[in-house]
Amino acid sequence: MPKRKDIHKVLVIGSGPIIIGQAAEFDYAGTQACRALKEEGIEVVLINSNPATIMTDKDIADHVYIEPLTVPTVKHLIEVEKPDSILPTLGGQNALNIAMALDDEGFLEAHNVKTIGTNCATIKEAEDRELFKELMERIQEPIAPSKTVNYVEDALEYAREIGYPVVVRPAYTLGGTGGGIAHNEKELHDICSNGLRLSRVSQVLIEKSIAGWKEIEYEVMRDHAGNCITVCNMENIDPVGVHTGDSVVVAPSQTLGDREYQMLRSSALNIITALGIEGGCNVQYALNPYSFEYCVIEVNPRVSRSSALASKATGYPIAKLAAKIALGYTLDEIKNAVTGKTYASFEPALDYIVCKIPKWPFDKFYDASRKLGTQMKATGEVMAICNNFEGALMKALRSLEQNVFYLNLDNLKDKDTIYLRRKLKDVDDQRLFVIAESLRKGISVQEIHEITMIDVWFIDKIRHLVQIEERLRSEPLTIELLKEAKEREFPDRVISELSGMKSERIRQLRLENNITAAFKTVDTCAAEFAAETPYFYSVFGGEHEIAPDENKKKVMVLGSGPIRIGQGIEFDFCSVHCVWALKEAGYETIIVNNNPETVSTDFDIADRLYFEPLTAEDVREIVDLEKPDGAIVQFGGQTAIKLTQDLMNMGVKILGTSADDVDAAEDRERFDEILEKCHIDRPRGDTVFTVDEAIAAANKIGYPVLVRPSYVLGGAGMEIALNDGDVKKFIGHINEQFQEHPILIDKYLSGKECEVDAICDGTGVLIPGIMEHVERAGVHSGDSISVYPPQKLKKEVQHTICEYTERLAKALHVVGLINIQFIVYEDEVYVIEVNPRSSRTIPYISKVTGIPIVKVATKAIMGHSIPEQGYSYGLVPEKDTVAVKMPVFSFEKITGAEISLGPEMKSTGEVLGISKDPDEAMYKAFIGTGIDLPKKKNIICTVKDSSKEEFLPIAKQYYMFGYDLYATKGTYEFLKAHDVPCHFVNRITEKTNTIFDLMLTDTVDLVIDIPTRNSNLKDGFVIRRFAVEAGIPIYTSLDTAQALINSLEKKHNGSTSLVDIAKL
Amino acid sequence: MKAYLILEDGHVFEGVSFGAEKEVISEFVFNTSMTGYTEILTDPSYAGQSVVMTYPLIGNYGVSYKDQEAAHPFVEGFVVHELSRLGSNFRMNMNLNDYMIENNIPGIQGVDTRAITKIIRQHGCMNGMITTQKYNVDEVLDKIKAFKVEGVVQRCTCDAPYKLGRGDFHVALYDFGAKRNIAKELVKRGCEVTVVPASTPASEIINGNYDGIMLSNGPGDPAENVEIVKEIKELAASGMPIFAICLGHQLMALAHDFKTEKLKFGHHGANHPVRDAHTGRVYISTQNHNYVIKEDSIDPEVAKVWFTNVNDGTIEGMEYINENIRTVQFHPEASAGPHDTAYLFDEFIKMMGGHKNA
Repeated sequence: MPKRKDIHKVLVIGSGPIIIGQAAEFDYAGTQACRALKEEGIEVVLINSNPATIMTDKDIADHVYIEPLTVPTVKHLIEVEKPDSILPTLGGQNALNIAMALDDEGFLEAHNVKTIGTNCATIKEAEDRELFKELMERIQEPIAPSKTVNYVEDALEYAREIGYPVVVRPAYTLGGTGGGIAHNEKELHDICSNGLRLSRVSQVLIEKSIAGWKEIEYEVMRDHAGNCITVCNMENIDPVGVHTGDSVVVAPSQTLGDREYQMLRSSALNIITALGIEGGCNVQYALNPYSFEYCVIEVNPRVSRSSALASKATGYPIAKLAAKIALGYTLDEIKNAVTGKTYASFEPALDYIVCKIPKWPFDKFYDASRKLGTQMKATGEVMAICNNFEGALMKALRSLEQNVFYLNLDNLKDKDTIYLRRKLKDVDDQRLFVIAESLRKGISVQEIHEITMIDVWFIDKIRHLVQIEERLRSEPLTIELLKEAKEREFPDRVISELSGMKSERIRQLRLENNITAAFKTVDTCAAEFAAETPYFYSVFGGEHEIAPDENKKKVMVLGSGPIRIGQGIEFDFCSVHCVWALKEAGYETIIVNNNPETVSTDFDIADRLYFEPLTAEDVREIVDLEKPDGAIVQFGGQTAIKLTQDLMNMGVKILGTSADDVDAAEDRERFDEILEKCHIDRPRGDTVFTVDEAIAAANKIGYPVLVRPSYVLGGAGMEIALNDGDVKKFIGHINEQFQEHPILIDKYLSGKECEVDAICDGTGVLIPGIMEHVERAGVHSGDSISVYPPQKLKKEVQHTICEYTERLAKALHVVGLINIQFIVYEDEVYVIEVNPRSSRTIPYISKVTGIPIVKVATKAIMGHSIPEQGYSYGLVPEKDTVAVKMPVFSFEKITGAEISLGPEMKSTGEVLGISKDPDEAMYKAFIGTGIDLPKKKNIICTVKDSSKEEFLPIAKQYYMFGYDLYATKGTYEFLKAHDVPCHFVNRITEKTNTIFDLMLTDTVDLVIDIPTRNSNLKDGFVIRRFAVEAGIPIYTSLDTAQALINSLEKKHNGSTSLVDIAKL
Repeated sequence: MKAYLILEDGHVFEGVSFGAEKEVISEFVFNTSMTGYTEILTDPSYAGQSVVMTYPLIGNYGVSYKDQEAAHPFVEGFVVHELSRLGSNFRMNMNLNDYMIENNIPGIQGVDTRAITKIIRQHGCMNGMITTQKYNVDEVLDKIKAFKVEGVVQRCTCDAPYKLGRGDFHVALYDFGAKRNIAKELVKRGCEVTVVPASTPASEIINGNYDGIMLSNGPGDPAENVEIVKEIKELAASGMPIFAICLGHQLMALAHDFKTEKLKFGHHGANHPVRDAHTGRVYISTQNHNYVIKEDSIDPEVAKVWFTNVNDGTIEGMEYINENIRTVQFHPEASAGPHDTAYLFDEFIKMMGGHKNA
C-alpha cells in the first residue's frame, strides 16, 4: 500500500540528554527518520532537549524545539503546532514514556493526534510486564517464571517459591536502571526496594535467573500488511546476566545451528505479529546451551541501541524504514538503498563478522565498581568488521583507545593461576583479558567455559590469539607467520613488541610481500547483487574490491570514536557538519570512524565510509589506497587530533591549523611564549615530571593549585591540591594512567569562567558568542552550567575576551576553530586553556546564534574567507534569546562513583533551556535535566565550614521560598545562629534520625552538599551516593544551588514558553 | 596441505585442503545462508555442484546427524573462507572436517570467498575444479569446461519405495532427490508418506490408494528429465491433488508444455523474498535453484503465477487453472532457512481434504 493520505504533520520526540543507556544511537535513528519523513514531503516538528544532536538542526526538521522533554511541555507543543500524528518509537524509552502518558490521559485523542508506527496499545502490551506475560502465554512463547510485584514482601515470598538466584527488573526504566540479580533475601531486599523506587509505576518483575544461558537478540521489522523480516541476529559473548549494552556482542550469531537460529527467528516474528508492531523491534532471548529450551527476556517495540548496531552491522537502515512504514509503505515497496535493486523485504546476508565492545567510564571513575550486571554502565561502544572473529575482536579492542592493542593487561601478567581462577568468576570489564591470561597460564578452555559459561567456541578463538602471540614470541618471523598474524589483525606494534623486530621493518616486510589491507564492501547481500553504497571495512588476505576515483579532490575527515565522558556526541555533530560542508564545496569526502551509534557512520553521510579503528596503522592503509588531498582532524575530538603527527608522516596534508601550532597551544613553554608575545596573562604555572618537582612548583606558586596531565580530554586526571599530601596523591593517580606526558601545576584562581568558540580564516576572527559559566572555576567546563549570552560580564571584560581571542587565534595561526577558556578574577581576564579545534559547545552555540559554525570553519579551512561566506569578523551581536546549557549525569548507574564536581569531567550529556527571559531559560534547563521542583519542600544541607558564610543568603532564599531546611550539626548550628529556621538531623553514623532516615521517607526534594575538597571523610561520600541512588537531586556547588533557587523564585506560573529554533 | 580452486574462466585460488583429499570437477554455485551448512551439504539438489559459502566461518557448531537432509552429502566439493578450529554445540556428533573425510567430500578453505562469489555473480555459475595438485591451468581447463551436470536425478532418487509416518492422508512423494524435511513436514501433519523412486510410472500412483502427490526438489536441468515429465503429464491429468517443490515445480511446468531456462547464477540462500499474488504478502524463503520457468512460455489459460521473487521478478510458484495443482520454486520445508512458508504444507493438506471429501 502506498503512503497514507492522512499524515501531513508529524511530531517526532527525541530521547533527550546522553545518559548511560541512552546515547547517540537515538540521534542516529531520529536524524534518519526525520530525513525519511521530509523526503516524503511531511512537515516535521521535533522536540529534543539535547542541543548536541544533529536531529535538532534546523535543516533536519521544519520546526525544532530544544525544550524539556516533559509531558506538560509536549502537551503545550501539540497545542501550538497542532501535528496530526506523533511518532514516538524513535526517541528511546523517554519518548515512549511521554507518548504513553499523553495517550493514557486521552490528550492525543482530544487533540486529534494519531500515533503512527507502533501504536500505544502495542507499546503498552510490550512494556507492561503483566500484559506482556499474558500475551506470551497466549501465543505460547516461553518466558522465565516471573511475577510482577509492588512490594518487597511479595518479592521475597515469590523468590522463596521459585528459588534463588532471581533477577529483579523494574518496569519502565531505561538501561535496566535499578535491576540486578539477587542470590539471597538480603540482596533481594536491597535491589528490590531500589528498583521499586526507580520504576515509573513502582513495579518490578521478579524472575527466575537463567544466568549462564546464551543471550541472543533479533532485530525484526514488520509493516502494516503483516510482512515481517529479520534484519539481523546478534549473540552476546557474555551469557545472560550482563546487560546487552555491557556485553561484547557479535553479529551474526556464531554458535547457533540453523535449528536454533530459525527457532528463535520464528519466535521473534511470531511475537511482533502478535503485538502488531509497525516498524522496528528488538527481541532478546535466553537460550539454554544444552537444549532447544529458550525464553523471551525482553521486547523493545522501538528502535534501540541494538537496532543501531544491527543497522551498521548489516547496512540495513532500520530507523529510516521504520519511518517509511509509519507512513504506510510496505517493506516490498521500499528500495534497498545499498543495492539500489532489491527491496527492503529481504533479510541481509552478512559475509563478515561484526564485533561490538562497550566503552566503560571506569577510567574516569577509578573508584567505582567495575562489576557488570543487569545495570548498564557503558557510555558508548565501538564496532569492528572483519572476515574472521579474531580479527573483528582485535580491531574493536584497539578502537576503544585505551592504549591496549591485544588481550594483554600489564596488571595481570604476574598473577598466578589461583588468582586467575578466582578472577574468572568476576564479571567485569576485564573478563576477556582475564580469559586470555588464564589461557597463557595453561588453564584449559573447558575449565574457563565451566567458570564463565562463555561458549567454548569464543574461548577457543581467544586461545587462537594467544597461540599466535606465543608463536610471534618464540618463532622466527616468517612471511607465513606474519600473514597469519595480520589476518587475525595483530597490529604491527604488537607484532613488534612480541617478535622484537622493529615496526618499520615489519611494515617494510609487509610491503615487500604484499601483506596489506584489502577493502571490502558492506552490501547487505554477501555480494549476490552489485552494491552502490560505499561502506567499507578492511581484511588481510583477500582481494581489494574498491577503486578510488583518482580525479576527484578528496578530503578525509577523522571521526571521534566511541562516546565517552569528555568526548561525546558533539564531536560527531561536528564531523558530520564538516562532511556536509565539504560536499557542498565540491569535495569528495571520506570518513573514518568506528562508533556504530552515530550519524557519521551512516553510509549516506560521506561519499565513502571506512568503518575502521582510528589508529595510525589502520588509517594508513586507507590513506595508501585513497591518497586524499588532505585530512581534517579538528572536528573529531582528541581521537582525531592524536593522529595529526602520524598523518603528516604519511604525507597527508593537514588542512586547517597546522600540527605545529596545535603543539604550540599544548606545550607549556611554547604557549607561555605566545601568551607573553600577546600580552595575555594566565594563572602562574609550571611543567613538572616528578613528585618532588611538583611539590616544589606548588609551593613556589602557592596553594591551591591545579594538578593535571597534559594532552588529555575532559580534564581527565585533573585535581585541585590544597597541600603537599594532595599533590603526592594526585601525581600517583596520574602516573597510573598517563605515563608518557608531563604534568602541569597551575595556580588555582576561584574566579568566573568564560568560554569562547571562534572561527579564524587566517586573516580575521569571527566570534559567534561568549559563554559564561555559572559555577566558579574549578568545576570542569563540561560539568558547568553555561549561559549565552553572558549575563554578568562587564562590557569591558567582554571586549578584552574578544581581543584576546583574536590575538591568540592569529598568534597560533589558527585556520578553522579555536576554543578558549578564560577566568575572570577581580575583573582581570586570564587564559586557562586554548584548544585549536572544535569543542563540546559548538553544536549549542551554533543553534542559538544561528551561525553554522562548523560549516563556516570548514569552508575557511578550504580557503574561503569569512567575509566571502557572508559573515563579518568580530563578535556577532548578541541574540535576544538566552540559552542555558546544563550538564546531565549518570551517577546512579555507576556504583561507587564520587559525584562531587571538580576539574575532572563527569557528566555524560547536556540539555538546553532557551527563552527570552534568562530566569526562565535557567528554569527550563533545570526541568530538562529531569528534576521536578518544588514538590515536597524539604531540603537537606551539609556545607563545609569555609562556605557557610556564602551559603547563608542562599539558605534564606530557600527558606523564604517555602522550603524546610534540614541540616547536620555544623550547618544546623550555623543557620540557627544566623536566624535561619532549620531542623536538625543526625549524621549517618548515629542510630536514629539520620540523614538516611530522612532520605528514605521520600519527602526530600533536594540535597545541597558542599564537600570539603579531598577530605578522606567517607561520610560525605556516602551521603552523596545515597542521595543519587535514592533519586534525590543533589548539587555540590553553591553556584548551582543559587542558580536553582533564583530560577524557582522567578518561575512563571503555568507553562513555559516555546522557542522554535528553526525560526531564530 | 595446499589446495587449489580452478575456475573455468582461468581464475585460480590457492587455499588449504580440508575434508577428503580428492580431486573434483563440478559446477560451482554460491550460497548466502549464514547457518545450515550441514543441510546444504546433504541437500541432493546440489548433486553435480560444489558450493561456495559466502558466510566466512563454517563448521562453528560441528555436524549433527539429525540435521542431514539425506543419508549422506551430495555436494561435490565445499569452498569456505575459514573452517572453524572446533565445533561447539550440544548436539554435535563430529566436527565438519571429519564428516567430510568420512563422506569423501573434498573442501578448500582459506580462499577469498567474496571474490569468488563476485566472479560467479558477474560471469554466471561456471565449472571448476578443487585439487591438491599444482597444475598448469591450461592443461586442465578443457577438462573442466567439458563437465556437464547430467543424470543427477537418477543418482539421487531412492531405489525402492518406502513408507514414513501414519495418518489420515496417504501421500505419494516422488523422490527426485527429496530433502528429508519434506516428508517430515507431511508426517508432522498427519500424513502417511510413501516415498517413491523418480521412475515410478504414473499409473502405479493413480491406481494406488493415495490422497495426494508431492513432487520433490532435485538436482540438474529439468528439461533433461523427458521420461519423468511424461509420467507427470499423466499424474496431472488424473485430477489428484498435487503439490510440487523446486525441481517438481519445474517438471510440472514442462508437463504443461511450458519452458524452463537457466538463471545466470541461480538463487541459493535463505533470504529470498517471495510475494503471494493473492494476498500481496511477502515471505522470506529458502531457495536453491539454477533454473526457472520462462514467463512468456506460460499459457494463461492453463496456469497463472502464484508467487514471484521480489528481487528479480522471476516465477516462484504456479497455480494450475481447473487442476488441483500448486507448485513452488522455493522451499517451504526450509532446512536450512526460515519457516515462513511452512504453512504451504497445510494448504496441501487442505487440497487433499477437499479432494477426499468430494
